[in-house]
Amino acid sequence: MPASQILLRPAHEIAAAVASKEVSAREVAEAAISLIEAQNGALHAYTDVTADRAIIEANRVDQVIAAGGAPPLAGVPYAVKNLFDVEGVVTRAGSKINRDDPPAPVDATLVTKMREAGGVLLGSLNMGEYAYDFTGENAHDGASLNPHDRTRMSGGSSGGSGTAVASGMAAISLGSDTNGSIRVPSSFCGLYGLKPTYGRLSRAHTFPFVPSLDHLGPIARSPRDLALVFDALQGRDPADPAQIDRQSLRSTAEIGKGVEGLRIAVAGGYFQRQAKPEALAGVAHVAKALGVDREIELPEAHRARAAAYLITTSESSTVHLDRLQRRAADFDPDTRDRFLSGAMVPTAWYVQAQRFRAWFRAEMQKLFETVDVILAPATPFHALPSGTKTVELDGVTLPARANIGIFTQPVSFVGLPVVAVPVWLPGTHLPIGVQVIAPAWREDIALRVAETLHLAGATAAPVARMPVETR
Amino acid sequence: MSQFDAKAFDAPAHVAHMAKVMGLSIAPEWEATVVANMEATARAAGLVLSYALDEHVEPAPVFEP
Repeated sequence: MPASQILLRPAHEIAAAVASKEVSAREVAEAAISLIEAQNGALHAYTDVTADRAIIEANRVDQVIAAGGAPPLAGVPYAVKNLFDVEGVVTRAGSKINRDDPPAPVDATLVTKMREAGGVLLGSLNMGEYAYDFTGENAHDGASLNPHDRTRMSGGSSGGSGTAVASGMAAISLGSDTNGSIRVPSSFCGLYGLKPTYGRLSRAHTFPFVPSLDHLGPIARSPRDLALVFDALQGRDPADPAQIDRQSLRSTAEIGKGVEGLRIAVAGGYFQRQAKPEALAGVAHVAKALGVDREIELPEAHRARAAAYLITTSESSTVHLDRLQRRAADFDPDTRDRFLSGAMVPTAWYVQAQRFRAWFRAEMQKLFETVDVILAPATPFHALPSGTKTVELDGVTLPARANIGIFTQPVSFVGLPVVAVPVWLPGTHLPIGVQVIAPAWREDIALRVAETLHLAGATAAPVARMPVETR
Repeated sequence: MSQFDAKAFDAPAHVAHMAKVMGLSIAPEWEATVVANMEATARAAGLVLSYALDEHVEPAPVFEP
């Protein structure tokens, strides 16, 4: 099989093909660079392509394999949201303003870990400005588009991360998720996305959005790929002050254990009221595949979402206060007004939201005494047409950008691990994601559920069929 | 439980005042959407502030889920 075909397989199959010398890491890297050259102009996934670095890293992997080594991500071509530091590349974080910064002097911790595991970095990916986004649209770099329907959004803010993996331009991407920015593009682009437990993976040398809520994680075309990458990325890093010192999981060893004995329930109430029919159908499809008929309610989920909103707007605006004072005109119009108002939030509102977070954590811990997994929609609807500014939810017209993440926000608010799984309903070409939510520190459970669904064919993440001119 | 009334919140006055306090220049063409965002934030605050929490519920300075 030619490298251009192997490139479109899931990452674990690419790694196996490279490790067995069916194909070289260099051939895979060259195929990936060719595909980026052919497709990126139409899809706007990459903002920086590190082709020279990719070839150097791929050659190194081939040398390791020739010497008898077998790195777990041997030759897997991947890319990172452009808020990750990549040595020699300016960390733009989706902004115009940060382009005045010097190139990053070192790689982000997770980029170093990917390299050590045999990954081959292809470049940095488009994102919503400073990650304050659920659309994947960006006034400076253009909108990262949905490979399954190029008239629609990729979802954000890790928009390019969704576009690259769904189009085959990368086998894996790393994104960030503060309120849903891994899970939303996974839903819109039909991919598997892992938002680990808050504090699990190092965020060192990445550009912050909301330090209280920021997570990093992978997007991929199979649950096993997520597990491989997650295992490679874990480990203590004192450079991230929010990282919690916990025993690493070996999720690749656990992922095949199935779901027998797991208590699984569907989230009711808040998670159903504002959902469009496709979101409800997606959850029902997954529940049926798992034989689940139990429903539970997350207490005060609407207030949890409101509190996440308050922490997000006020904390992020503090990060950007100097830029807002000096260069407000250089912000993306779609984020500027949100950041400006966020700089005006009274402290009492913020502190009360943080107190509510502690309360909601305790409530969720109690809930997880009675259940092991909770299923909920990842987004209220399919990918929206690009440029959509408002949506109607439960009969009320609301701004689209802020409300795409209404179902992801309450979950990341208390840092629970989630795997977003992609469902393809009959009668539509658009996917929709379902959140598989596990107790804190139990990413392995969510991955087991996702793998069970994937092996049963209930969920899938195919590479999009592209128009002939960009193949 | 706070007595905050989100419906009575005067967002235009708050934005005008806080822009001066925080050293922010709001161009006239941005003003309406900044105010709209402030109103949305106040509605969120109303939901959070109206929920009674025990006085001993504290924020988690290092947040471990």
